Amino acid sequence: MDIKAIISKLHPLERKVISSLKDNITNRELESKTSLSGVEVMRALQWLENKKLITTFDKVEELISLDLNGVKYKEMGLPEYRFLRAIKDSPKSRSEIIKEASLEEDEFNVCIGILRKKAAIEINKDKELLFKITPQGQKLLEKPMLEMLFLEQNFPIDKSKLTDEMRFAFDNLKKRHKIIKVDIVKTRIIKLTELGRAVIKNTPAEVKVIDKITPVMLKEGSWKNKEFRAYDVEINVPRITGGKRHFVNQAIEYIRQIWLEMGFKEMEGPIIQTSFWNLDVLFVPQDHPARSMQDTFFIDNPSKGTLPDNALAEAVKAVHENGGTTGSKGWQYRWSREVASQNMLRTHTTCLSARTIATLKKSDLPAKFFSVNKVFRNETLDWKHLFEFNQVEGIVVDYNVNLQHLFGYLKEFYRKMGYKDVRLVPSHFPYTEPSMEILALHPLKNEWVELGGSGMFRPEVTIPLFGEEVRVLAWGQGMERIITEYYGITDLRELYKNDIEQLRSIKSWIKL
Amino acid sequence: MATVTIDKKTFMELVGRKISDKELDYYIPLIGVGLEEMHEDSFVIDVNPNRPDMLSQQGFARAFASFIGLKEGVRRYSAKKSDYKVIIDSSVKKVRPYTACAVVKNLRFNDERIKDIIQVQEKLHITIGRNRKKAAIGIYPFEKIKMPIKFLAMPATEIKFRPLEYPGELTGLQILSKHPTGREYAYLLEGQEEFPVFMDASNRILSMPPIINSHDTGKITQSTTDVFIECSGFDYKVLAEIITIITTALADMGGEIYEVKIIDGGNEIISPNLSTQKMKLDLEYVNSVIGININKSDAKNYLRRMGMDLEGDNVIIPCYRIDILHKIDLVEDIAIAYGYDNLKPELPAIATIAGQSRMHQLKNIISNLLIGLGLLETNSYCIINSNDQTVGMANDDAEIVKLANAHSTEYNSMRHSILPSLLNILKINKHHEYPQSIFETGYVFSKDSQTETGVAEKTNLAVVMSDADYDYTTIRQVLDYLASNLGLAIELKEESFPWYIRGRSALIKLATGECLGSIGEVNPAVLENFELFTPVVAMEINLNLVLYALGN
Repeated sequence: MDIKAIISKLHPLERKVISSLKDNITNRELESKTSLSGVEVMRALQWLENKKLITTFDKVEELISLDLNGVKYKEMGLPEYRFLRAIKDSPKSRSEIIKEASLEEDEFNVCIGILRKKAAIEINKDKELLFKITPQGQKLLEKPMLEMLFLEQNFPIDKSKLTDEMRFAFDNLKKRHKIIKVDIVKTRIIKLTELGRAVIKNTPAEVKVIDKITPVMLKEGSWKNKEFRAYDVEINVPRITGGKRHFVNQAIEYIRQIWLEMGFKEMEGPIIQTSFWNLDVLFVPQDHPARSMQDTFFIDNPSKGTLPDNALAEAVKAVHENGGTTGSKGWQYRWSREVASQNMLRTHTTCLSARTIATLKKSDLPAKFFSVNKVFRNETLDWKHLFEFNQVEGIVVDYNVNLQHLFGYLKEFYRKMGYKDVRLVPSHFPYTEPSMEILALHPLKNEWVELGGSGMFRPEVTIPLFGEEVRVLAWGQGMERIITEYYGITDLRELYKNDIEQLRSIKSWIKL
Repeated sequence: MATVTIDKKTFMELVGRKISDKELDYYIPLIGVGLEEMHEDSFVIDVNPNRPDMLSQQGFARAFASFIGLKEGVRRYSAKKSDYKVIIDSSVKKVRPYTACAVVKNLRFNDERIKDIIQVQEKLHITIGRNRKKAAIGIYPFEKIKMPIKFLAMPATEIKFRPLEYPGELTGLQILSKHPTGREYAYLLEGQEEFPVFMDASNRILSMPPIINSHDTGKITQSTTDVFIECSGFDYKVLAEIITIITTALADMGGEIYEVKIIDGGNEIISPNLSTQKMKLDLEYVNSVIGININKSDAKNYLRRMGMDLEGDNVIIPCYRIDILHKIDLVEDIAIAYGYDNLKPELPAIATIAGQSRMHQLKNIISNLLIGLGLLETNSYCIINSNDQTVGMANDDAEIVKLANAHSTEYNSMRHSILPSLLNILKINKHHEYPQSIFETGYVFSKDSQTETGVAEKTNLAVVMSDADYDYTTIRQVLDYLASNLGLAIELKEESFPWYIRGRSALIKLATGECLGSIGEVNPAVLENFELFTPVVAMEINLNLVLYALGN
């Protein structure tokens, strides 16, 4: 970076520090010269060092400064000095001295010790104790005491730089109560680099750069003809988080959009369904394993619902028992209304397709419907099983659609979902014939992956629901798998855990 | 779905030529079978429930050989005449009313074949047998049995025989508690005083279906050449289908099938029935469903590759193809032979108008408003813990729709409010940064005798906000923001709810009087139940009513 660019990006703190910067200066000296706080100076030094304008090293010093009493004595004089002054002209009693020299009780006692050691006073006993100055004491009053001179220094003082006399005074004062204190202090010493010297040389003493733009500046136009301090725009800043849709719902919206683009209408319907709608109308025989307690959630109370109008129920019964009017042999067993009226949580959204077809009239055709909604399986929750998840499902209802059309829709749908190609292989579902597994060419793995099921509704399904045979192309798949793959989630439970940190930090669903 | 292990050597002998792993990998999915595992000497397939005929190695090899063009057309099987009889005693009609039977001779069993036949039997049990409930199969060494056989019911304690692989004789009742297989299937005979048994002319018990065979008269060994097979259950059609599938598999092993006359009261049934079925070919239907244009001879070729044939206008269907119920099933077989990879994707010229559900649109509008306020949307289960809904919310009397058979006690009821879900979310997120403001739209459930299922399902919106200095004003501002953006006229009326602090909660009403929901500061007693130590304010409204109000 050239010097000019560096200078233009200097932070105001850096500018202030630079104006006082010279070799071997310490942070503390900079504090007093720039009148910045210690923290501000250290921040500026850190930035300057990052920019390689300076190098620094730390020196550990013992710094002497005044303690509580030290500050007081610097102003009032040391207590022993005040003591001597009080008896300079005539001997005085304890109470007289305390009063005249404004001493504390304990200070008085300390003074006695010190002054006797220095042979500056004599103590005579009359009615009471009288304190008398000696000639040695008079001498002490004539020239300033070393300890007093020490207190008058500019603190803090580096202990290692004391003269012999000062050290003598320091040693005396150190022993006394709260006059001076010694702190071990780290001092940062600054050395300028070549670059630093160049920058200092070229930094104008007073720069007219604008730091923060204020409304006043804008109103008054005072920003004109001034430079804006450039920021270090590459530096990291603190994170913010915002409100957002749950990532599964983002994926649901994306898939709904695909259906809408393809001209499909959205279906909705109840989650709790009678077995009739969930299974019987879909030609699933009543002893099918899908009805077992293992796979399906049943409702405790109300455990049973009511069947729809009798004509439909009768048609479904006939289809199961002997094919009714459909030309099928049926399953050839006795169909039970009782079993069909059991309430359950829907195991697929195909029941919504069935309900939708039941409402269609001939004049409504052709018609296309979709749903992206919840389905339920009686699983114990673990890393690869959910009891509640989302199924994507679509149907095309018309007299003239065929398997090649189904293939066409699937190619289009999965192309929009991000898969390059689709293959069909034979499969089986009780309510579709033909039934096909959907394989899609995975864009990253470049291999065929199983994605969902598809087929055409059996006549045994469509005739009771619609009144006559009509073609229904149908396909669907679970959604969770696409989402876990997109987000690299390996534990299915994480999809609906709602960990707030996960919700705050997870990336948006983006497939364009 | 059921998996079947196929021994490569046996399979290739049946197919008639060597098949490479690559060919297996390619062809198996094209027939509609899953290839689950590939090993050096064997592979495992996954057979769809509509094709139980492929649950045996023989049945699968048969379909495979036809499909790749090695042995096309219908395999015809027949049963030789005999005077073997099985008499169904009226006593058994109330416990296990039907049986279908056959005798197969000249089998050369070895360990491999015994394993094979046990596999078919087990797979049929699990699938169309519905775990022996609907149909149970017994196979017996014919040389140890004296015809005719009787199928009858006997008092459980009077039945005495040595069950398979058991050291001694047990009564029928003892079998259910002492024999491992007996314990496993005891529930199938539970509560009955008389159990069904097959008994031969020397009055020896052959088996007690659907539980176990006799060790003496019901165990196949390497020296067995002829077998008696029975299948018992409640639906003769299914039993006959199973016998068909087993006997044709045994015939493919080299066995000769013999008829058995079943005397059922006044009825006499000859079993097995191995005759082919006929169904008219509707070529126009085939072409229009698949969207192709094939002629009759194409159709014949495709049908032959699926192990069927065409004679005149009639499709000849082999006896074991029990899945052909309707002409649509023939369409699928022709389509499979035609090859799904040969279909051309086409989009029909159908113009339809797209449309999304109004509720979903409303949910999106509301969600966007709330995320604009910085709230996070959550997505949680409709199934939650019933206790969290009642005791947890200090609302012990709430009427909850409970599940009858949830595997877990943690998730055992349908939520009637979203608030407990959201409080649970706050509970697991206490270690994350506050404020925590979340919302969710979703289904809620309540009992309602007016609906089809007796349960009313509604869509609710719930918002909870938690921070040290959040109070009623915080949540009220959110409500007001929503209402004003939706153009919804609402009124608040002070009201007490068990889960809110008294005096700091209100009923939210539409200007027209309907109750939309509630709002307030969550009662500390409820916070304690959810182990929360930061104040929470909340609201919940019914979106069906919002939709109704907006529609007016």
